[in-house]
Amino acid sequence: MEYKNILTTCVYCGCGCGLYFEVLDGEIVGVLPDKEHPISRGSLCIKGWNAASFVNHPDRLKTPLIRRGDGADRGRFEEATWDEALSLIAGRLTDIRDEAGPGSLGFLTSAKCTNEENYLLQKFARAVIKTNNVDHCARL
Amino acid sequence: MAGRDTLIKEIRAHVAEKLEELDGVVALRRTAEGTAPHLFQQGDDLAQLALEPRYPLSTTISMLQKRFPEARFGIVARGCDARALVEMAKRRQVDAERLYLLGVACTAEEAEECHCADPAPDPEQWPQAEVIGTPVEGAPPNPIVAEYEEMPLEERREFWQAQFLKCIKCYGCRNICPECFCEACALEDPAWVEPGVLAPPFPMYHLIRAMHMAARCVGCRQCELVCPAHIPLTVLYDLIRRDVGELLDYVPGADVTVAPPLSLTLEEGPLRGKLE
Repeated sequence: MEYKNILTTCVYCGCGCGLYFEVLDGEIVGVLPDKEHPISRGSLCIKGWNAASFVNHPDRLKTPLIRRGDGADRGRFEEATWDEALSLIAGRLTDIRDEAGPGSLGFLTSAKCTNEENYLLQKFARAVIKTNNVDHCARL
Repeated sequence: MAGRDTLIKEIRAHVAEKLEELDGVVALRRTAEGTAPHLFQQGDDLAQLALEPRYPLSTTISMLQKRFPEARFGIVARGCDARALVEMAKRRQVDAERLYLLGVACTAEEAEECHCADPAPDPEQWPQAEVIGTPVEGAPPNPIVAEYEEMPLEERREFWQAQFLKCIKCYGCRNICPECFCEACALEDPAWVEPGVLAPPFPMYHLIRAMHMAARCVGCRQCELVCPAHIPLTVLYDLIRRDVGELLDYVPGADVTVAPPLSLTLEEGPLRGKLE
C-alpha cells in the first residue's frame, strides 16, 4: 500500500506548468496542480489536468517506428530499437549532406522541449551539419 | 510563528501515535522538491508533515478507502476538509467508521484569508476524532458578496458575464472539488455544454456547476484557488449556500446525521413547508 505524489513538468507546451502525478501502488491515478510552482501557481489548463491519461494509453508509442516494406507493403511502420533508429537517421543525414550539401537539410525544434534540448539541436545543426536552417514548430 | 511550530510538532506526535494502530494517515508532505498530499505510514519521516498549502485531502481519503476496503486511515483535516468529508460520507464516498479524523484548528489569520465561518473541525461528527489547536471565531463573509447584492439585476448579469468570459474551460474547478465525484459529468455532456467553444457559452457551464453545488459546497475555496482565470467562484457558491440555508434549513458539512435535502423526494422533502 503506497500513495504518493511525484512532481513533474507538464509536457504539453512551452509554459512548463508544475504538476504532481498521484501514484497509487506504482500506478498513475491522477493529477494535482503544484500550488507552489513559480509559473503556474496551482493552476493548470485542460491539457495539464489530463496529463496522466496518456501515460498508460494503449495508443502510446513506446519504441521508435521505421518505415519499411516493399510493393503493396511499402511505407509500413515497424517497431525498432533506439540504436537501429538513431543509426538509420545518422546514416541518412550524412548521405544527404554529402550528396546535396548542408543547405539541403533543416531542423525543427519544439516548444515542448527544454531550453537545453533546443540549444543542443541548433548546435547540432550549425556545428555538425553546418547549416543555419533551424526553425521552430510554431511556424510549421 | 512559535505557536504554529508547537502545533505542528503536536500534530506529528499524534500522527506517530496513531500510525501504530492505523494503516496510514493522509496529510501534506513537504520535501525539497515541493509539498503535496501523501499517505504517511509507519517508519516515514514525520518531520516532512506540513499544513500548507491546502489540497483537498478528503478526495485522497475517498480514493484510498475505495481501493482498500478493509483499511483504516487517518486524515490531518482542517475545518474545510472535515466539512467536505461530512458531505462525502452522506453520499457514500467515505466510510466514517474506518476514518480517524485528526482535526487542526485554523488560525484567525487563516480564517480571515478564507472568509471562513467555521475554521475548525467538529469532532462530534465523527466516531473517532480529536482537534489539535485552539479553535478561533469564524471570520466575516467575503465583502464582495455584500457588494454584489447591492447590484441591480442587470448589473449582476454583466458582472458574471465578464467573469465567465475569462474561463479557459480547464475543468480545474470541478477536478479539484471534493464534492465533485459523479462518474458522468453534465459539464462533459454536449447536450448541456457545447464542446469546442471558448469561453463556454454563457451561462450554462458555470451555472450547472453552481446548481450542483447547492447543498454540497462547503466553502473550501479550492476551486477559486486553482482557477487560472481568477473567477470569484466562491461568491457564487456563498450565495447558493445562503439560499440553501434559508430555503431548506440546511448547512452543508455541519451535521453528518442530516440527510442532504436535494437527495430526498418531494413527498418527504423539506421544501414542502416553504411551498405551502
